Amino acid sequence: MYKLQQPPLLFESSRPGRSTAVLPGPDVPDAPLDDLIPPEHRAAEPPPIPELGELDVVRHYVNLSTLNMSIDSNFYPLGSCTMKYNPKRNERLAATSGFGAQHPYQDESTLQGILSILYELQSILAEIAGLDAVSLQPAAGAQGELTALLTAARYFRERGEKRRQVLIPDSAHGTNPASAHLSGFEAVTIKSDARGLVDLADFKAKLSSDTAVFMMTNPNTLGLFDPQISEIAELLHGQGGLLYLDGANMNAILGIVRPGDMGVDLMHYNPHKTFSGPHGGGGPGAGPIAVRKMLAPFLPAPLVARRDDGRFALDYDRPHSIGRVRSFFGNTGVLFRAYCYIRTQGPDGLKRIAQHAVLNANYLKALVEDVFPVPHEGRCMHEFVASARNMAKDRGVRAMDVAKRLIDYNVHAPTVYFPLIVPEALMIEPTESESRETLESFAGTLRTIAAEDPEVLHAAPHTTPITRPDEVRAAKQPVLTWRKA
Amino acid sequence: MDPRSLHYSPTHEWVSLDGEIATIGVSQFAVEQLTDLITIELPRVGARVTAGKSFGEVESVKAVSDLYAPIDGEVVEVNTAVANDVSLLAADPFGKGWLVKLKVAPGAAMAGLLDHAAYEKKIAEDGGH
Repeated sequence: MYKLQQPPLLFESSRPGRSTAVLPGPDVPDAPLDDLIPPEHRAAEPPPIPELGELDVVRHYVNLSTLNMSIDSNFYPLGSCTMKYNPKRNERLAATSGFGAQHPYQDESTLQGILSILYELQSILAEIAGLDAVSLQPAAGAQGELTALLTAARYFRERGEKRRQVLIPDSAHGTNPASAHLSGFEAVTIKSDARGLVDLADFKAKLSSDTAVFMMTNPNTLGLFDPQISEIAELLHGQGGLLYLDGANMNAILGIVRPGDMGVDLMHYNPHKTFSGPHGGGGPGAGPIAVRKMLAPFLPAPLVARRDDGRFALDYDRPHSIGRVRSFFGNTGVLFRAYCYIRTQGPDGLKRIAQHAVLNANYLKALVEDVFPVPHEGRCMHEFVASARNMAKDRGVRAMDVAKRLIDYNVHAPTVYFPLIVPEALMIEPTESESRETLESFAGTLRTIAAEDPEVLHAAPHTTPITRPDEVRAAKQPVLTWRKA
Repeated sequence: MDPRSLHYSPTHEWVSLDGEIATIGVSQFAVEQLTDLITIELPRVGARVTAGKSFGEVESVKAVSDLYAPIDGEVVEVNTAVANDVSLLAADPFGKGWLVKLKVAPGAAMAGLLDHAAYEKKIAEDGGH
């Protein structure tokens, strides 16, 4: 296999006096430097700036960019993240000057186009959720969770109820307990049963009049649909609690079932997972939330409203609102891409997304589960969690070794060691946009790796400039900037 | 400390009881599962801990995991050496890597804890989960 090389730093390639630009002489009178900036305010020497020719700079960045893995170049079965194809059409539309060059301080009368789209997106997301009202403001899924829980807290406060606990399954995303804590609740863990579903006995034991919200991910992070959801909703509602849905896995149920029909009272969407928004880099993102009617008055202000004359406006007149959670109106560019995706698919297309996501995951699971067993049995939804536990026990090959070796085969590693309730977890989500050939080729790669010499796997990846970084030192003493030696 | 003489919680903490003082640590198995450790947060002397509730957390390159108290009590000593250098826990979980000493609450029971043989059986059966 060919080992990629890391290009030298620009500083290392620098040659004094080399330059990319020839600047014209000044067209204003020269003044002595001392007159402009007194010596005591000047550094002893100029800052170190690399000096290179333009071609060297271009090659440096182009070569660096080829070290990246992306869905546009590689299969990317990163469980929970739904790394599906993001249609280029959405990018093209988002870049048109009508949308791309807008400014939130423009007069409302000149923003009618985007406002009408956002208004429509609010009702589309409400319809998909089977709920009544939507806020598009949160800037990420996790902020959506926090916003929804703050909305719930306000709802209980206005009802004069003091409820302190949020119940969360042990298979949940780590953001769930973090959001519960940040919004002032105590996070209480609910066990999973042997099937990987909510342990109903543990749920009943911990459910009380102190329970504000139960945060459920369904299908859950094991890729399993929990059919107990309606029973859970009934028990919870009986105690006056609210059912929250972490919508991370909506691509498995789009158009098949509406969360509201299962008893869900509030939820968030991850447009970057479900509706092909851009991934990564920490944003910009979006995490719209949908809620039942009784929670609507407390949603963040403003919402997009339609006035009697048919024009669209931002409605700030919301006296019970929890207030603003994001400057302006959230990341409208991401919301716009989600809108384009949804409208391109249409209702039938959205349903097909769910069908293909589930079909692809089950096909791939069937191809590999004799080598990488899936501890929780039964049909999966859009993803499955396999375990490298036997390999670890018999041959000392851990999930991390498999993940690192996949890089040598030009595949992005799946999510590993999550959820925490599966030992040596490999969380694999092929997504709906992959072909049968890609799935079969990936299954073949996994089987090849399973048969390889453990020594080869322990030292993988062999093709990347950096193989196994010292992750402990990287976490404790990160070196984030270049400094002159 | 001899691992065979200790008691274990299902969440992988070990207890050694000497009179009313209980020394608490984390099992070798759990440390191996966590892989490379980065930091650990331990309670202060004087803090009260409750059986089954979190008394601290350990962060590895994999995840942040809660440490659960195996028994009710009050913290009387904290292993500052481990707090300053968590690699001690990885190197010697049953010895120099002990975490805290508790003055056990009157009447606090070791109920629900496993002896060494039962703990070994549990981790062999379910992979510790």
